[in-house]
Amino acid sequence: MSFFWMVLPALVLFLVFHTIPVLQGIFYSFTDSAGYGAWDFVGLSNYTALFSDERVLSAYLFTFQFALVATILVNGIALALAVGLNGRIRFRNALRGIYFVPNILAILVIGYVFNYLFSNSLPEIASALGIEALSTSILADPELAWVGVLALAVWQAVAFNVIIYLAGLQTVPAELYEAAALDGAGPWRRFRGVTLPMIAGFVVVNTVLSLKNFLQVFDHVVAMTNGGPGTATESISVLIYKGGFQGGEYGYQIANAVVFMAVIALFAVVQFRVMRNRGVSHA
Amino acid sequence: MRSKTNWWLTALLAVLSLTVLIPLYFVVVTALKTPDQLGGSGFALPTEVRWENFADAWRMTNFPRAALNSALVTVGAVVLTLLTNSMVAYAIARNRHRRFFRILFIYFVSALFVPFPILMLPVAKQTAFLGLDNQAGLILLYVVYGLSFNIFIFTAYIRSIPRELEEAAVIDGASTWTVFWRIIFPLLMPMNATVGILTCLWAWNDFLLPLVIVSAPEAATLPLVQHAFQGTFQTNYTVAFASYLMAMAPLLIVYVFAQRWVISGVTQGAVK
Repeated sequence: MSFFWMVLPALVLFLVFHTIPVLQGIFYSFTDSAGYGAWDFVGLSNYTALFSDERVLSAYLFTFQFALVATILVNGIALALAVGLNGRIRFRNALRGIYFVPNILAILVIGYVFNYLFSNSLPEIASALGIEALSTSILADPELAWVGVLALAVWQAVAFNVIIYLAGLQTVPAELYEAAALDGAGPWRRFRGVTLPMIAGFVVVNTVLSLKNFLQVFDHVVAMTNGGPGTATESISVLIYKGGFQGGEYGYQIANAVVFMAVIALFAVVQFRVMRNRGVSHA
Repeated sequence: MRSKTNWWLTALLAVLSLTVLIPLYFVVVTALKTPDQLGGSGFALPTEVRWENFADAWRMTNFPRAALNSALVTVGAVVLTLLTNSMVAYAIARNRHRRFFRILFIYFVSALFVPFPILMLPVAKQTAFLGLDNQAGLILLYVVYGLSFNIFIFTAYIRSIPRELEEAAVIDGASTWTVFWRIIFPLLMPMNATVGILTCLWAWNDFLLPLVIVSAPEAATLPLVQHAFQGTFQTNYTVAFASYLMAMAPLLIVYVFAQRWVISGVTQGAVK
């Protein structure tokens, strides 16, 4: 019986503060609620309107492009750094400590710093070096502003992933490397043939978790561009926040969020499939 | 036998670590400058230090209030998360043969894949209605929302603890509660470190949840205050940077001293 009392408060709180709001959200997605005042049922019209809304489509396009590129870059860079840090180097603990620092900073706050760097310092440096293309702020360029958001995201997220990959690399037995080295395998072959298969679980989990996190990008965008110029870097989360809280589109943006949840759930299903196939048991 | 140090690799990694250090260096030098030193790339050392930047930022953003709120929310969230989430995980991990607990596990963990935007509008209304649009509400929500991920970490670890210890205590007449607090909770220390560190980083640095929940300016946390004042700094960049530095400093200072412990905490969570 005690076991029931141990979980009961958590279950009730979770119901009240998580499940019920989700259900309420789904309910309001079928209404024209502005977030306050009276509302009417509108059936599925919020959902059908989403698919022809330029702003929504552009938010999805930006978010997926950003999330995909960020995931690949973060995992590639983090894995490379982790392999380096796992090598025969000096000052390992100090270097490891430095590489983790971005993860302890608030994305929003360091984002304002990056914003300044991209708006002021980088153009100054570029024009001093005579690089015409970068002599104006890329954050003001609708075509390039997303690169600024990307830079911040990669810089910040590599920190955590380096540590996770390093933990993964340390689970690889040293004898395997020695055996491979005796067989005459070079560093690249050893990485492809020994390291990568041994830490495949880490790669899969990190990749999918990164993707899931980047799909929900919010702080980065607020700090760097606030969605601009225009709506060029408006992510799905930013759009839902702006439209839902400030734009009087409560019901409509919640419908957007429901579609977004379905997309994330799709990734989750794929993730669980892959995880089960790999037999991975790590968080 | 100690193998030879690869100095080239060491040098390369040291140079690459500058990508982390340079933005931090930039924050510090900018925070110390007078506004007229801002021109150019901005990487030069200050020729004249203006300490008043910090005093101005302190006053403008009401820093002590915001720092206190952040500290309160972070400490509250960490302590309550450790005490409650581990207990829930224990009940679930030791009752996997019961259907109720198996479903409960799936129920909690599946919430990991529910994006926050879908509930942020309703939960903002709900907390406002319940009078929880403040620090207490934030603590509560971090504890509740953290459950999904933390249960995942805790249950995996609890399953590796042999049951014999508990069975012996039960024979001696200990209740389930006593068993948990006296035997299991102390054994969970490595995972408590992991969960505690991750919760601390989350609660201290989070922006979205305070943004949608907190209404009164007096209850704002540090990132929220930075957001609120970003507009009022205007072109007063040196004061803005002093305020960024002050917002980052508390956790950075803790990290400098607890660095090894923090990293081993995160690592332990990953390998499990």
